[in-house]
Amino acid sequence: MAAIEQRGAASDRPGRSFGDRISMRTKRLLWVWGFLALPILFYTVIRFYPTFQAFYLSFTNWDLLRPAKFIGAANYVKLFKDPQFWKVFKNTFTYLIVGTPISLVLAFVIAFFLDRVRLLHGFIRALYFLPYLTTAAAMAWVWRWFYQPPPIGVINDVFGMLGIPQQPFIRSVDQALFSIMVTAIWAGLGFQIIIFMAGLRAIPTTFYEAARIDGLGEWAILRKITLPLLKPTTVFLVVFSSIGFLRIFDQVYNMTTNDPGGPLGSTKPLVLMIYQTAFNSYAMGYAAAQTVVLFTILLVVSLLQLFILRDKK
Amino acid sequence: MSEAPAFFHSNIRPGRIIAWTLLLIGGLIMVSPLAFMFSTSFKTADQVYDLRLVPAAPTLTNYITVLADGRFTRWFFNSTLVAVIVTLSNCFFDSLVGYTLAKFQFRGRYFIFLAILSTLMIPTEMLVIPWYLMSSQLGWLDSYWGIMFPGMMTAFGTFLMKQFFETVPNDFIEAARVDGLNEFQIWWKVALPLVTPALSALAIFTFLGNWTAFFWPLIVTTSKELYTLPVGLSSFAVEQSIQWEMIMTGAAIATLPTLLVFLVLQRYIVRGVMLAGLKG
Repeated sequence: MAAIEQRGAASDRPGRSFGDRISMRTKRLLWVWGFLALPILFYTVIRFYPTFQAFYLSFTNWDLLRPAKFIGAANYVKLFKDPQFWKVFKNTFTYLIVGTPISLVLAFVIAFFLDRVRLLHGFIRALYFLPYLTTAAAMAWVWRWFYQPPPIGVINDVFGMLGIPQQPFIRSVDQALFSIMVTAIWAGLGFQIIIFMAGLRAIPTTFYEAARIDGLGEWAILRKITLPLLKPTTVFLVVFSSIGFLRIFDQVYNMTTNDPGGPLGSTKPLVLMIYQTAFNSYAMGYAAAQTVVLFTILLVVSLLQLFILRDKK
Repeated sequence: MSEAPAFFHSNIRPGRIIAWTLLLIGGLIMVSPLAFMFSTSFKTADQVYDLRLVPAAPTLTNYITVLADGRFTRWFFNSTLVAVIVTLSNCFFDSLVGYTLAKFQFRGRYFIFLAILSTLMIPTEMLVIPWYLMSSQLGWLDSYWGIMFPGMMTAFGTFLMKQFFETVPNDFIEAARVDGLNEFQIWWKVALPLVTPALSALAIFTFLGNWTAFFWPLIVTTSKELYTLPVGLSSFAVEQSIQWEMIMTGAAIATLPTLLVFLVLQRYIVRGVMLAGLKG
């Protein structure tokens, strides 16, 4: 009712409508900047300033005790000369290069068949999706228990029943990294399956019908229709999953608490090295340099993947 | 509906039966860590080696022991408090900013959008050291605010909400203006109810992300009273060393809430993940 009265009042006095319009514009702008004031402050103080500070700190020898002193690129020189860094670098990329393709192929195959299942569809989908909702830190301990030597470890017990030789898993320099990787793949698989299924659903059925009329077999349909049309989904998941593997931490930290990143540093990823440098050794400047390296790796890998996967289309 | 004939055809083919069986077995393998975790949490120490999923003599002793000293209830409370506040803040600010960027024309709009979007490229790990410095200078270390402040707004949420607010017809907003609602009321009463699917997706993601968060809470908290559930569980498990039934009980307590929420809201969560994954 008030609105109608207001309108009536405005049209009674046409002389004021121009001034009203000006103030309407200004008023709306005031609203806009009012809405944005707190967010701008937040992004400036909590995101942008710390970003620049991280770059700056990477050129200092700050250690929490003495004030930060500018030391040029010394941290980077030290890092690239550090054999431990190259080991960590290799570990991090092993997680990425082995983990991403395995988890994506698994997720696609499962999504592809699950999409066609009608019997108990919701139930089976839930089985695959549940691990995604768990806490990585909690499930790392479950997997750690699974990997124990017999008679405690479940996997070795099952191996024993099947006549497969016992495996050391997270106690072995050769197997530990892959054992942890399995945990990470397990945790992320449900999400990737759901996203792949959403992508599959988005492909119009008319495409398939047309292909069948043309006499294409299942395999040809998959190669010529499903995979090309699924490309945006695949690109998203490749980048998303790669970033996840490059930043792996929770699982490694919790599965190797007695010797973080062990045995003998064979599972240590870059983020764990950053954590130890910053919060165990308090070499903040050196750790900041490592975070800058992580940032660069993430940026280069994402851009490279976007570039390669987009060009082929 | 058009798939009904395919269903009958395919059901006869043995290949489909094999595929279905393999899918089911795979699914059972996927939940087996959860099944063993819950099963063991009801077992006594001498039954841990028993691989049977249904405990011979189920007992609640582990839960009573774990919950008795009050640490887990405290961590549970901390995690819930942090996750709820951060989720509310994201739902409010991300959607307000997303709406402003989607529905207003003003100078600097594109610049602000790009600036917020660019923060997606900055990994948390890079900000952690400056945040730690900032927190120690402002006395935020080892406090609830210290755990929460980095996640109060996110570029992901803002981008997601902007995408959805763009689908809201301008006529609705104009009509509300004519009706004399102010800009805040238009957002709150007219635009926001139209994007509830996106809003619930954002809420689910933010809650889940903060409930399971480990890295920053591990850094910013030092006293056990302020640990979140994942950090508390980690310290508890280290302390228990080889008492796996106790560790599994702790892990079960940390896992149960999200699983229960999922069972109730399964359809919304799956849809939310699809929405956010495809648009975001």
